[in-house]
Parts: sequence; structure tokens; C-alpha cells
Amino acid sequence: MLKTFPKGGVHPAEGKYSANSVIEKLSLPKTVSIPIAQHIGAPSKAIVAKGDKVKVGDKIAESTGFVSANIHSSVSGTVVKVDKVLDSTGYKRPCVIIDVEGDEWNESIDRSIELKKEISLTDKEIIQRINESGIVGLGGATFPSHVKLSVPDGKKIDVLIINGVECEPYLTSDHRLMLEKAKEMLVGIQIIMKALSVNLALIGIENNKPDAISHLQNLVKDYPGVEVHALKVQYPQGGEKQLIKALINREVPSGALPLNVGAVVHNVGTAFAVYEAVQKNKPLFERIVTLTGKSVKKPSNFMVRIGTPVTELIEAAGGLPEDTGKVINGGPMMGKALNSLEVPVVKGTSGILIMPVVLSARKKESDCIRCAKCVSVCPQGLEPFLLNKLAQLGKNDKLETNAVMDCIECGSCSYTCPAGLPLLDYIRLGKSKVSQIIRSRKQ
Amino acid sequence: MSTTILFTVISLSAIGSIAAIILYFVAQKFKVYEDPRIDQVEEILPAANCGGCGYPGCRGFAEAMVKADDLSPFYCPVGGNETMTQAAEILGKAVEAKDPLVAVIRCSGSPEHRKRVNTYDGASTCVIVSGLYSGETGCQYGCHGLGDCVDVCDFEAIYMDEETGLPVVIDDNCTACGACVKECPNDIIELRKKNKKDRKIFVSCVNIDKGGIAKKACEVACIGCKACVKVCAYDAITVENFLAYIDPNLCKLCRKCVDVCPTNSILEINFPPRKVKVEATETVETKKVETPVGPTGENEKKENDNNIINQEG
Repeated sequence: MLKTFPKGGVHPAEGKYSANSVIEKLSLPKTVSIPIAQHIGAPSKAIVAKGDKVKVGDKIAESTGFVSANIHSSVSGTVVKVDKVLDSTGYKRPCVIIDVEGDEWNESIDRSIELKKEISLTDKEIIQRINESGIVGLGGATFPSHVKLSVPDGKKIDVLIINGVECEPYLTSDHRLMLEKAKEMLVGIQIIMKALSVNLALIGIENNKPDAISHLQNLVKDYPGVEVHALKVQYPQGGEKQLIKALINREVPSGALPLNVGAVVHNVGTAFAVYEAVQKNKPLFERIVTLTGKSVKKPSNFMVRIGTPVTELIEAAGGLPEDTGKVINGGPMMGKALNSLEVPVVKGTSGILIMPVVLSARKKESDCIRCAKCVSVCPQGLEPFLLNKLAQLGKNDKLETNAVMDCIECGSCSYTCPAGLPLLDYIRLGKSKVSQIIRSRKQ
Repeated sequence: MSTTILFTVISLSAIGSIAAIILYFVAQKFKVYEDPRIDQVEEILPAANCGGCGYPGCRGFAEAMVKADDLSPFYCPVGGNETMTQAAEILGKAVEAKDPLVAVIRCSGSPEHRKRVNTYDGASTCVIVSGLYSGETGCQYGCHGLGDCVDVCDFEAIYMDEETGLPVVIDDNCTACGACVKECPNDIIELRKKNKKDRKIFVSCVNIDKGGIAKKACEVACIGCKACVKVCAYDAITVENFLAYIDPNLCKLCRKCVDVCPTNSILEINFPPRKVKVEATETVETKKVETPVGPTGENEKKENDNNIINQEG
């Protein structure tokens, strides 16, 4: 029996069309717009101005707090301006706009491709380097990685969990990374293990990627302490709490962090970025992005510089299909539709999904028939139908007592609702109201 | 048989009388004194329980007023000055008359003026749209048009105009309770001084983008050209972040700013038609040419109007 998490979950059609497309380097765009807020936490502060010359890897925005991240230029060229540009949040936000001239890299970056296995830095230096390189969680949540690695006094971490689940249908960027950059990623995992001083790292991979599982299982023999575990295919297994439950059978209490149960979870993409930052001194300025969809001519996985407009990716994959209904940033379950194709790729962009009209239309809403399907699929054991109603009525105190803050926004409830109710939309609204109340209470 | 009934009646009456005596003494011991003026004040309040005063319902407001030494921070927007004077008489305190207010909608972006660039098909409330993205049009500041303000109004004072897709305030019903102001996620609704004959002059726009970008998103957006500031004789108009604001306390309703506004974003409502209408229109036309349309960002050239994509959460 394969491991999985015990409560709830759904299994949508996988649609991994791009699983066999080798990672391609996307050609450099003419201009990039790099948002200065690409992570959870305080927005960074731009340190370049109009007319400045920058090289690839130069810092262009500085973190403004502990929970914040540096931003580096992904291209070489001239800063045109710092202005508001529509980004994947759906709002115009400050971006550094750079005209690309050539491809000149900062001299400190080691551009050689040999694998560098020896870890020469100490744990403090590793965390410092990760902080400096602006690495954030590349699974999509974009939480600054150095924060997760700085374990507070009195807490003990005994296991590192590496998330190679990629439970979102359609997306394949982590899958390709595990096949093509496996060795680098494994060194990255060992670096993180050293920073956390743990001796055990578990890589969780869903069973729909047998090639990645066997490839990694062969390789981990050379990396002591690293184990590969195949998991049953079940959405949302990539959720931090679900993955911890599936792999080590520990339950993260309500309102607590994985830290409280002695575990830290990092994405495979983050492990690769850590390798490049620590061993090659290369800051985070490019990432793997899946461009896929049912009608896309050439579903692909691209290595993309941060700030590249989404249109460039679509062109490279054979253009926008005629039957396009929605273009989604992320996967079909948790992703968000874009309202412009000019938005830049950011650190959290794991995929761009082009959905045909027939698949993207919302179901017609009807009344709740109390079938409790939403309750049975909720991986957090919540009652989505109830939270939905409470949020509509603005009963914020009841929302809080019904643990609305435990919702991980996986969307299994909305996906499964036979009445087509926008459950998650209202729950998210309730969450934001309740978190405001909690914040004001603390002050 | 009869003895059973007799005993039951006797024992029950005995228990009843003993309980009554105990309860009498308990009631004396734990008696809560309540100021009778609270009831009196509550009586004259409008009993709308709208929360417009900032207190939980009319009784909460009455209690707070009875306790307070100074009535100046209190105001019942529904009852207005009349109710406040009555309440002050009961409490034997003085109260100053306040200007009655009315809600105004500061957005004129009907589909005719503000093009749709995508379609939203999610949950039909403004607050969810604003949590997801900037809305169906190119203007991220304007009205989403899904009627949260209509739903929240207790006085049937707002309705959605089907043609323009924008809310309209019925001045006679509006009590300025402020529920819609709090509800609107884009802060479009403002409470402004109610003038004679419900006359209003205000900037019907909240777009703080640079002129060129604002104009491109919406034809009737304020572009921050300051033409109105120059023409205003009472210093009532200020421009901040490319957006003009008319101070209702300084405005003398002379309508000069309405004439010079190149984008017609200043509205005049409930005024009699002008005598020399033709001439006035001409002035607007000429002004349009003279006034520079604000600094044009390169940014707007990049904005892609052709890609119409559906939006979902």
C-alpha cells in the first residue's frame, strides 16, 4: 500500500501533456518587468533608478525585513524606469523595467556546469547566502526560504521533507527538474540538511511519475540520509500539512507550523535553487515554467528569466489556441486566471495553463443540497458548506470558531460541489476578514 | 380521589408562595438600576438599528449618550438634527446642529466610457472581485458594479442603473448611515454635505493613475490636469495623485469647474439647465484641445487591449 494522507482529497484528471518535454531555455525577451514584491512578507525596496546599467544577477531590490527577499536582475541592460505594471496578482504594482542588451553576467557567478558536491560553507553561511540570493519557496507559496531554515531556539527539527509531489494536474516543472537536474537537486538537499543539521531527508513523489522515482532511487545511494518515497496520487498531497501526514504520520496542530512537529518542508525547485546559490553563487533570477493546455500546439517546460512576459512563453509554445477561454497562472486547482497576457513571470510562477472555453466555464450555480461531499473531500477536516454560508452572512466570530484559518485554499470543495457553488471564493473572503480581526487583536 | 387533588393543590400553592417570597427578596437584593432616560431617549430614536452612529443599535447609542457629558461626538444620521435636539432636551444638554450628509458615487465608468477588457464569471460580489484582481475594465479603482452597496443598504436608497451598470443614490431615502461607504471595497462612495435642493458638484472619479493611463482606461476619468483648480475662485479644489477633490465645505456650487473639465469627470446634479448652454459646450470643446492630457507613460503602449481573457478565482 502506497502512503498518502488519510483525510479527504480528490483526484482530478491529470492532463500532464508536457511530462515528456525536455526543459528548454527560452530566448531572452526585449524587455523584462521585474515586480519588487514577489514573495510573502514585506515588499522589497528598489535600489536602482532610471538609466542604471545592470548585469545578470545584480541586486535590484533589497529585502526590507526578516520575512522579505532580495530581488536580482534576470537580464543585462538599462533600467528604463520603476513604475506600476499589471502583474499576476491582477493589480498594477511597482516593477523594475529593464531593456535587455546582450547577456552579460555578474562576474561572481560560476557559470560552469560541473557538479560541485563538497559543501564548504558553514550552516550560518549557508543561510546567509540563501537570504542574500533571494530564494523563496518555489512550489508557489513564495515564502522566503531563509526564514524556514532559521530554526528558533528551543525547537528541534529531526526531518527534512522535500516536496516532489506536484499534485496539481497539468504542471510538470518539478517532474522535469527531478529528471534533468536530479544530482544538483540532491546536493541542494544536502546543503539544506546541513543548514538545519538534520540527518534525514525524505523526498515525497506521487506515483504518477515512476521515471522520476526510479531515477532518484538510483541516485540517492550516493547521498547518505536521503530517501525517496512513492506516494499514492491524491490532491492536495503537495500541501505541507498533508505531505507531513503522509510521509511521517505527524499531524500539524491547528494554527501551528510544521516546525512544531519537528519537520521542515521544501520544494524540489527550492532545493535546486539552493544548490545554485550556495555552490555557484547564482541568485534566483530564473525558474522552470510549464506552459501547457489541452489545445496548446507544443506543451513545454521552459527555463525562463524572471520578468519575461507570459506572451513570450505562449509564442514559444506555438501561440495562443483559438478556443482559449482562460489563461491561468499556476495549476487548474489553485491557480488564478490572468487578466492580461503581458504580466511578467515571477518567482512563484510554476506554470501557465491555457484552458479551452469548454473546460474553463464555471458550473451554473444552484442550491446547496447538503450532500456533504465538500466535507468528505476537505483534507483539513473542515465544513466548507458551513464556512461558505457564515462568510456570506459575515459571521466572523463563528468562522473563527469553525477553524476557517485552517483552510489551505486547495479548492477541493469547489471542485467537487455538485451545485457548482463558489465555496472557496467565500471561504477565502472569510479568511481574509478573520485574519484582519486576529491581527487587530494582537496590536 | 378527592384527597389526592386536595393535597396536590395545597402543596403546589405552598411551593408557589414560598418561591414568590424568595424571589421577591432576591429581586430586591440584585436590583439593577437603569437610568429611565435611556428608555426615553431610545423612544425618540428612529429604531433603524443601522449602526450609522457607530454604536450597536439604537439602545446602545442611547446608553452612550446618557452616560456622556458632552454630546458633540454623537450624531444620529437617520434622525438628523431634529432627533438630536429632542434627545438633548431630555438629557438637559446642548447639541450643535450638524450638516446633513448624503452618499455620492464617485465613478461614472459606464460600459460606454470604460471598456471591458475581460469577463468575470466568479462569485457575484464586489469584495470577492477586488480580492482577486483589478476588475473587468482597465481601471482598477472604479466600480465593479456587482451591487454590494445595494445589498447592504437598509433604507432602499441605492439601486443599480441597468444601463450604466453603476449604483445610483436616491437622495430622499439616503440617511447617510455610512453602511455602503464601509462596504465598498474600492472606497468609491463618499458622504458629502447635502446642499439646497439636493444640488451636488463632485469629482466622479477615484482613479489615481497618471492622466494618460487613466484616460485610456476610462474616457471620463479625472486626469489631474488642474484646469478646475485654476478656475475655482474659492480654493475648494485640490489635486493629489492625479486626482482632483472638491471640498464640500468650501465649494459654493458656482459650476465653473464643471465647464472646464476636459473629461467631464466633474458632475453637476439637480441644477436647472443653463441659459447659454451652446456657449458653455463650446468652452469645453476649446479647453479640451488646450489642456495637456497629463504625462503619458510608455507603460500604456504596452497594455494589451486585444487579449480578452476570462477571469476566474
